[in-house]
Amino acid sequence: MFALETAAHPENLRRIAIDPVTRVEGHGKVTLLLDENNKVHQVRLHIVEFRGFETFIEGRPYWEVPVTVQRLCGICPVSHQLAAVKAMDQIAGYGPLTPTAEKLRRLMHYGQMVQSHAVHFFHLASPDILLGFDSDFTRRNIVGVALDHPEIAKQGVLLRKYGQEVIRHVAGKRVHGTGAIPGGMNKALSLAERDEMAKDIEQMIAWSLGAVHMVKQLHETNPGFYNVFGEFRSNMMGLVRPDGALDFYHGALRAVDADGGTIFDQIDYATYQQVLEEEIKPWSYMKFPHIKSLGAENGWYKVGPLGRVQAASFLSTPLAEAERQAMMALGGGKPVHGTLMYHWARLIEVVHAAEMIRDLLNDPEILGMDLMADKGPRRHEAVGVIEAPRGTLFHHYRVDDDDLVTYCNLIVSTTNNNQAMNEAVRTVARQYLDGRVITEGLLNHIECAIRAYDPCLSCATHALGKMPMTVELVDPAGQVISSLSKG
Amino acid sequence: MSLAAVPPVVVIAIGNPSRGDDAIGPLLYGRLCEWLENQGLAGEFNLYEDFQLQIEHALDLKGRRLALFIDAGDNTPGPYIFSPVAAAEGIMHTSHALPPESVLQVYRQVEGGEPPPSFVLCVRGEQFALGAEPGAGALAHVEAAFALLCELCREPQVSAWTARAETGGNMAAVSARMAASTASPSPVP
Repeated sequence: MFALETAAHPENLRRIAIDPVTRVEGHGKVTLLLDENNKVHQVRLHIVEFRGFETFIEGRPYWEVPVTVQRLCGICPVSHQLAAVKAMDQIAGYGPLTPTAEKLRRLMHYGQMVQSHAVHFFHLASPDILLGFDSDFTRRNIVGVALDHPEIAKQGVLLRKYGQEVIRHVAGKRVHGTGAIPGGMNKALSLAERDEMAKDIEQMIAWSLGAVHMVKQLHETNPGFYNVFGEFRSNMMGLVRPDGALDFYHGALRAVDADGGTIFDQIDYATYQQVLEEEIKPWSYMKFPHIKSLGAENGWYKVGPLGRVQAASFLSTPLAEAERQAMMALGGGKPVHGTLMYHWARLIEVVHAAEMIRDLLNDPEILGMDLMADKGPRRHEAVGVIEAPRGTLFHHYRVDDDDLVTYCNLIVSTTNNNQAMNEAVRTVARQYLDGRVITEGLLNHIECAIRAYDPCLSCATHALGKMPMTVELVDPAGQVISSLSKG
Repeated sequence: MSLAAVPPVVVIAIGNPSRGDDAIGPLLYGRLCEWLENQGLAGEFNLYEDFQLQIEHALDLKGRRLALFIDAGDNTPGPYIFSPVAAAEGIMHTSHALPPESVLQVYRQVEGGEPPPSFVLCVRGEQFALGAEPGAGALAHVEAAFALLCELCREPQVSAWTARAETGGNMAAVSARMAASTASPSPVP
């Protein structure tokens, strides 16, 4: 049992619900149980709607799946497409991709990473970081930083647009593109398309680097706050190459503990069920994955930017690696665990993705015409895994002799982060709410902790998002004492 | 594309074709593309389809005379609401989607000026389940909304769209009002 997960005597406590959490997708709700002295006894991030992805996929022909899964979520269609097509490459019997096909898929994936991270930081998280905290000291200092970066909103839009254009050039369409198909790619990149992307990439790298430096400056204004806000120790997981470098598109699973020690490494992701298992809890529709050998209580982990840049040994591009070293120096050689560090790590990943895009555009093989792998015998079961913007994404399929999908299991990034997000809100509740009069500003601290993970509750729960937020204070008898709505 | 080559009107249709009545936007997008082509009006319009509005859609508004957002709404009175929309600060958004007001606000931030006059056509939907087909009610609303779209695209002027918005897009009311206020009223279908 985790601390603050379940109160010993909930019948005597007041209940506060943040419902739904704003600025995240899907329908999430945070409930807090407090006693008459406002001491926090229970905090839970609930997922309160459910739609079945698996039902949506099962029964369809396997070759349709990479296109169909793009409809699961409007924000990460490329992630779902690539995870699915990596599985379907194997189901269809294809061997290793041609160099050009793999590079085109990577290019599309890095474009997705840039666009997704850019919109999150510049238009979702930066208001929290720049304006969202109610400490006079913090606000006074960060306003100065904001004044130094008047172009930040515009750069965010143009970075996002650039990432979308990369996807469009590779996939052929702005939305509903095919691009990746079992065995390779269905469209070569033209010289004109390559040049169109190449002319702006140095600017994108410069802007993303500028954003990292802005976060560094913010950190310097109040390091004590940024280091400890929502800080909790946990394991971390991500995909790495054989040499230990982080790889967003393909690699083996590595998990490290809170001090950076190896738990497992170079695990073939096709065998993920040997190292991970998913727990169900009665109060949430979202499952709780954990490392099997450590059990549910000790085996949960972080994925996504902060988890994977620290689980990896290094980043393979120089500017991003230098920034990663600078961030990790704060931990004195050990991983850092402050929740707001997710923003810093996310921007380092934008730099890395932009550098990778530049390298691919300079690679003559990106313009090759050999797009399809050789085909061998069909398989009936396969797993595809990638590092999506929010973290490790698993697609696992079984297909029958009639080519129809009979089994589908998805572990999306937000599900991998389920326990970590719950720990984040409990930590913030302990730090900022315990024993104090609850205000909207304090409740916003809870939301800031959740938003740092950029959760896609729509993916995790398969629900349609609803935006307004209602906070209700309920007495032990269930009567609403006060209510506040926004959005 | 240079500014000189930008068609004066942009239409952005939003929705996920695999989430039940959320397909309303994509359905109207497809029909409008075809209709504009057949009418020889395609050069006057840029049409875009997407899963949801995002910050980069602000860039699609640049250099336009008019902008139209088409979306499904689950609490919208049937068959649709057609109304002007303005930039607004402080509206919460996710990392996944923005309301039109926020897109217009992003335009202000990015361009440092006012966005073009903008309108929303919000068509009533009732069920948005993943994997579901659009319902019969939604398809009927699409028919009604498409009739309005054809009229809007025949007369893509702020004054004409404003007049239609004042009546929620109701053609009969517009016709009656225009007939009463002008000696030689514009043809109304």
